[in-house]
Amino acid sequence: MALSTVLETPGAGFNFENATRNAALEGLFGGGQTPKPLKTGTTIAGVVFKDGVVLGADTRATSSEVVADKMCAKIHYISPNIYCCGAGTAADTEKTTDLLSSNLSIFSLNSGRNPRVVMAVNILQDMLYRYHGQIGANLILGGVDCTGNHLYTVGPYGDINKVPYLAMGSGDLAALGILEDGFKHNLELEEAKELVRASIHAGIMSDLGSGNNTDICVITKQGVDYIRPYQESEYKDKRNIKYRYRPGTTPVLTEKVVTLKLEVVQEAVQKMDTA
Amino acid sequence: MEKHYTDSKVKGVSTGTTILAAVFDGGVVIGSDSRASIGGDYISSKTMNKVIQVHDRIFCGIAGSLADAQAVTKAAKSHLSFHSVQMESPPLVVAAASVLKDLCYKNKEELQAGFMTAGWDRKKGPQIYVVALGGMLLNQQVTIGGSGSTYIFGYVDAKYKPNMTREECVQFATNALALAMGRDNVSGGVAHLVVITEKEVEHVVVPGDKLPRFHDE
Repeated sequence: MALSTVLETPGAGFNFENATRNAALEGLFGGGQTPKPLKTGTTIAGVVFKDGVVLGADTRATSSEVVADKMCAKIHYISPNIYCCGAGTAADTEKTTDLLSSNLSIFSLNSGRNPRVVMAVNILQDMLYRYHGQIGANLILGGVDCTGNHLYTVGPYGDINKVPYLAMGSGDLAALGILEDGFKHNLELEEAKELVRASIHAGIMSDLGSGNNTDICVITKQGVDYIRPYQESEYKDKRNIKYRYRPGTTPVLTEKVVTLKLEVVQEAVQKMDTA
Repeated sequence: MEKHYTDSKVKGVSTGTTILAAVFDGGVVIGSDSRASIGGDYISSKTMNKVIQVHDRIFCGIAGSLADAQAVTKAAKSHLSFHSVQMESPPLVVAAASVLKDLCYKNKEELQAGFMTAGWDRKKGPQIYVVALGGMLLNQQVTIGGSGSTYIFGYVDAKYKPNMTREECVQFATNALALAMGRDNVSGGVAHLVVITEKEVEHVVVPGDKLPRFHDE
């Protein structure tokens, strides 16, 4: 009975539209290895504090043993009052959060209200459950709405849980240790930011799949403070030469200008009816 | 999270569980532990409430795959709410149980979740219905479920009496849950109890350190 423009549940059963396409793609590899989906070995964490929610994430995206992106953004925008951290398959988390964000902005425009965190969670749960774990997205959804400050976890099979603090990703156990030790209800802003920073740092130090910088996103009733990066890695490399060149570094030998001849083929005037 | 997943029959988060429900004089108590695990190695939640409200006086205890159980109870909640608007009166407990049974039976190949529906209605008073994995529906006075239930069949058979008082029944339920949590590794945390009577619904939470202790603890 939701607004008709919000994500409509499709017909029953699985959607096999892409099955023939996938079979054709597999054929292209001639029986060899199909490319593995990019996983963001990750540490993400979230904490509910007195005035809102703090979300944190590392910024490393790995492609097997190579760091593919040193400044990857894992905290995704959902709506002005809701942000989502994603762990698991990079493409899945990216697309799922994009889809959710589009749906909620349509809802906002139609209803004139900011979406509630429970609504985002329900839409995600419905979608991920329908795909029975095939979408590898482990998400931490945090936000502030008229009913309070909320932090939810959504698993790839579509199970949800409402929690005061949380860590996910390959570095979750390291981060969880710090959170379990330091968490208290009704923390102040600076304490909460420090707790999340420390937990992501623990994940970065103890997990090979997590690393580089730490991003923090603070959501309160007043607004959102997305600090990227909050803490830079101590192990940044320094580039010794510059790769930018002044204009004029490459000498110009000759110059030729060719004007494009355009001729008017047809002209029609239509009067606007403002009666 | 694949590293947490082992060769478990239930994919994703499972509620290796103890759930229990018992009818007393004037109402019904339904209770559960609070542990949710992945593969029997990693506890993904220490404080999960497995007694879900599907209507004002009807609650559901869940066991099995958490994703499946949440999806089914969500559908059942919506269905029951619509049903009660159409009938212009609160749904009967048997109606709620039938909605769950229908969902479980029709989708028995895909689903891996079992339920225990307990509630109060004007026609038959306090009742408990068990909806098992394949969609079997059974009415009982006292029932236990989940992996931890195997350790307390003896206790429940010996100690349950019909027409107990509310206090006796709550104590019986707390003891049973504590005994099961003490022996089953995938059950634990706190004990969630919901006491449903004609007048009201009361949610009692017994934290781990306040649970009854037995001779060897």
